[in-house]
Amino acid sequence: MSQTKTHAALAGAFIKDEERVDWHDGALWFIREKRDKASKQIPEWEELREAASQIKSNVISNLHDYLLQFEANLKKNGVIVHWADSAEEHNEIVYSILKAKEINQMVKSKSMLTEECGLNEYLEERGIEVINSDLGEYIQQIDNEPPSHIVLPCIHKRKEEIGELFHEHLGTEKGLSDPTLLTRVARKHLRNVFLTRRGALTGVNFAVAETGEYVVCTNEGNADMGAHLSEVQIASMGLEKLIPQKKHLSVFLRLLARSATGQPITIYSSHYKKPRKGQEMHLILVDAGRTRQMGRVDFRDSLKCIKCGACMNTCPVYRKSGGLSYHNTISGPIGAILAPNLNMKKHADLPYASTLCGSCSNVCPVKINIHEQLYKWRQVIVKEGYAANTKALGMKAMAWTFSSPGKLTTAGKTGRWFLHNLPFVVNNKLNPWYKQRDMPEAPKESFGEWYVKNEEKEDNRQ
Amino acid sequence: MTVGLFIPCYVNQFYPNAAKATLELLQKFGVNVVYPPKQTCCGQPMANSGFEHLSQGCNEIIVENFSAFDYIVGPSASCVLHIKEHLHSDKNEKQAAAIRTKIYELVEFLTDVIKVEKLDASFPYKVGLHHSCHGLRGLHLSQMSELNAPAFSKPQQLLSMVRGLEQITLDRLDECCGFGGAFCVTEEAVSVKMGKDRVTDHTKNGAEYITSSDLSCLMHLEGILHRNKSSVKIIHIAEILNATV
Repeated sequence: MSQTKTHAALAGAFIKDEERVDWHDGALWFIREKRDKASKQIPEWEELREAASQIKSNVISNLHDYLLQFEANLKKNGVIVHWADSAEEHNEIVYSILKAKEINQMVKSKSMLTEECGLNEYLEERGIEVINSDLGEYIQQIDNEPPSHIVLPCIHKRKEEIGELFHEHLGTEKGLSDPTLLTRVARKHLRNVFLTRRGALTGVNFAVAETGEYVVCTNEGNADMGAHLSEVQIASMGLEKLIPQKKHLSVFLRLLARSATGQPITIYSSHYKKPRKGQEMHLILVDAGRTRQMGRVDFRDSLKCIKCGACMNTCPVYRKSGGLSYHNTISGPIGAILAPNLNMKKHADLPYASTLCGSCSNVCPVKINIHEQLYKWRQVIVKEGYAANTKALGMKAMAWTFSSPGKLTTAGKTGRWFLHNLPFVVNNKLNPWYKQRDMPEAPKESFGEWYVKNEEKEDNRQ
Repeated sequence: MTVGLFIPCYVNQFYPNAAKATLELLQKFGVNVVYPPKQTCCGQPMANSGFEHLSQGCNEIIVENFSAFDYIVGPSASCVLHIKEHLHSDKNEKQAAAIRTKIYELVEFLTDVIKVEKLDASFPYKVGLHHSCHGLRGLHLSQMSELNAPAFSKPQQLLSMVRGLEQITLDRLDECCGFGGAFCVTEEAVSVKMGKDRVTDHTKNGAEYITSSDLSCLMHLEGILHRNKSSVKIIHIAEILNATV
């Protein structure tokens, strides 16, 4: 994706259609409320979050051993294991697997990792057609747009817009926007895809080191249909998707769907372990910056993420600005702490796309301190020199003034210094504060001035 | 007990009445309050923008001005939280550490230290309570809606002691107002939209006043209310608790 516009600019464009924003905000808030209800039906919810967080801490601390254990068990089960250091290497591996079998059409269930790697574009350039089988991702694919949400890829689109896309690409009647009817059309189309594709790729939600199996969670069963009918089944996973033991699924599967959509569990939680007779199964373990993030002490816990999307649904900034404004595969608060690791210059704006309200950290099922990491990324971005220069100059002036009470009081008669220097109170049309908000009225005297006078009065009385 | 009164820079300049109410309220409860006149800023505007390293000057001033007190109390959850989480001193880290534990936001000081059980205050209006995020999720002044944990609210506890005051119920109990420090200008469109939606929640549920333990949120909401010529007013919680209307 060649993206030069900042989150603020893209969000500004999204917000122009206020009716859409209200609807988008309402749809995601509805899911946040469903998540609240579901989580409050589990008395031990907070203990589950803590357990999940600690299991993931263990995984991050012992990743080396778990990876080797997982690899050995995969091999024992007859799965072919590949290691990819980078997105490019991952794509090359997928291509070589398909090429060896002369496969030129592949079906793919939802995988944010392959979105991150740009796999579809890579394969299409080499003559291999990829069809996304998750309905939301399929809609985004035919519209030539990346997913805006990791769980709800086309949450920013209205049913009428989807109807229009289906009319254009699948030949439905113009004006048809009934969700049930549209889903049936997509289903019929995708059934044919499943039946004719010899190659299928899935993502991985959880990979169990002790057994060498992996679990894929979907609501549509699309991962299963692709995998079950394929000659070659490929699974791509980030290194951080491991869990030590199968019993730990009892923690994660209870948390995942409740956090994501408020469902008790995803409709399908499919365990894949061994290839069928005559089938080839491949698993690609992808680093692509993950070990670099592990090396950043303040940010390594971001790798605990189980991609539930709860932080997006709860984030008021996300709800008002839409996922595409984050110009990164993973959007929202979690995306804003993962993206700077991938490309700090390009994503320097994302940690600033937050009010640091802290809601994200408190819905997170693995208790990632997202808002604290956003704060810390800001410090890193400034030190690495990626903050806008104008901001740096303003900050120095402010720090200089605040560093001495003398400077502040001489500058601060009835708030004059503030009116000129605080970013949100400069009274002119160029000031973003003033565009849609009035300024606070400066009173005749500050509290400090009043206090001194009042003290003198009291002293005179005594 | 001597309390050092911490009045954040923008409260000092723009909302002196909230500061006066804080002072008077503490005095009503027999607290000896001193306002150190050489205080400036908690350093949050710089730090939240990524310039924490430039806030050392502010930190040293806080340490110089407030080390002597038994408690430090301020009418701003956000600034108090910032000091609690980020105050450090190269010259005197021991005193900085002590300040981090003895600084309180006004509401929590009243409920947890003074343990106020009744108030002589009246405010016969419909009031919407805006939970500031730093007060809510940072200082735990109330239980946040995200957690599966018992409900409580220190500001509501105090407001319920005010005669004639009617607390309205909001559709979204604890959503951020969108101020966010420099966020309010760097992400102007999102900030304003968040603020407008918060204002609407209060107005459609019948609020005559919006109150909070944070004036930064209220300043933002006031800017939107004024611009839209709304008759709904903002008022700091100290002014309500100190009111004898």
